[in-house]
Amino acid sequence: MPIDKSMNVLIVDDYKTMLRIIRNLLKQIEFNNVEEATDGAEALAKLRAGNFGLVISDWNMVPMTGLQLLQEVRADARLKATPFIMVTAESKTENVVAAKQAGVSNYIVKPFNAETLRDKIEKVLNHG
Amino acid sequence: MGDADRLAERLSEIRVRYPGSQPEMVADVVHAVLATMSGDLSAQETSLLAEVEALGKTIASAKAEIAALRVDDITDNHIPFATDELDAIVEHTATATNAILNSCETLDDVAGSLTGEPASKLQDATTQIYEACSFQDITGQRITKVVATLKTIETKVAQIVATFGGRSGGNRAPVEAEEAHPEAALLNGPQHPTVAMDQSDIDKLLASFE
Repeated sequence: MPIDKSMNVLIVDDYKTMLRIIRNLLKQIEFNNVEEATDGAEALAKLRAGNFGLVISDWNMVPMTGLQLLQEVRADARLKATPFIMVTAESKTENVVAAKQAGVSNYIVKPFNAETLRDKIEKVLNHG
Repeated sequence: MGDADRLAERLSEIRVRYPGSQPEMVADVVHAVLATMSGDLSAQETSLLAEVEALGKTIASAKAEIAALRVDDITDNHIPFATDELDAIVEHTATATNAILNSCETLDDVAGSLTGEPASKLQDATTQIYEACSFQDITGQRITKVVATLKTIETKVAQIVATFGGRSGGNRAPVEAEEAHPEAALLNGPQHPTVAMDQSDIDKLLASFE
């Protein structure tokens, strides 16, 4: 099934450089409607105010982490079905397990390449 | 070990610690002190008193040695200098990365105006530059971990200085205990590449839930 690349994508990371990199990589695979947030709380406010088809979030942020954001999204009746990809340097087994238990759609470990990002996006959007 | 052996050992220690001193002088002093107390204290009490006195001297010596090391320099100068330098590294790499990304975005725009193989080659090159620029995030997180470790060392050193009579213990603001984050066990930052799981390990782990 073809992916609707006109959907709104929310990218969340406390490193502005990382937001810029992900935005550019998404642009290269023709996702042009991209919004940014620098922590979980800002992301949650944007998600509740808007209409997003995909969330790509870092984990290690303050005051609200990516895991807390994921838990809030999955607990929200309107947002709970939104595909959510965690992109993080946290690569311990317990992190992956915790994210999976919280309902993450996929998990990318930093540093990652464009092919991995494209592959995981296609997987989560085709799965939904 | 008999009393005589213990005494010989202590005198050897004193000779090492104070190379200029003569054991005979120490013996004379001890003898003189004990003589004045003769009849007032039992042999056991006198021995205990001597041990307490030796302990006091050891502590005084340790305090003097710590003061001579100028441990305060570690907390006042060395660690702040190191953390400032690390912060500067993060700032400079962020500036450099942004400059690279500016150029890369310009190249991306140029690629959009081209067709065929040149466009494809240029886009592949910019993709690789974007991927490589993520180093700034990873190194930033690693440096943040190092700064946190240095701050822990700074706190411990300040505590040692305060305990053993350094100058600053009473003046320094108390170090507040860090509030534990509810996800503290899960917030470790980048792992060392030799022990970290890579993407294929994570994919296998995720697949095991299916």
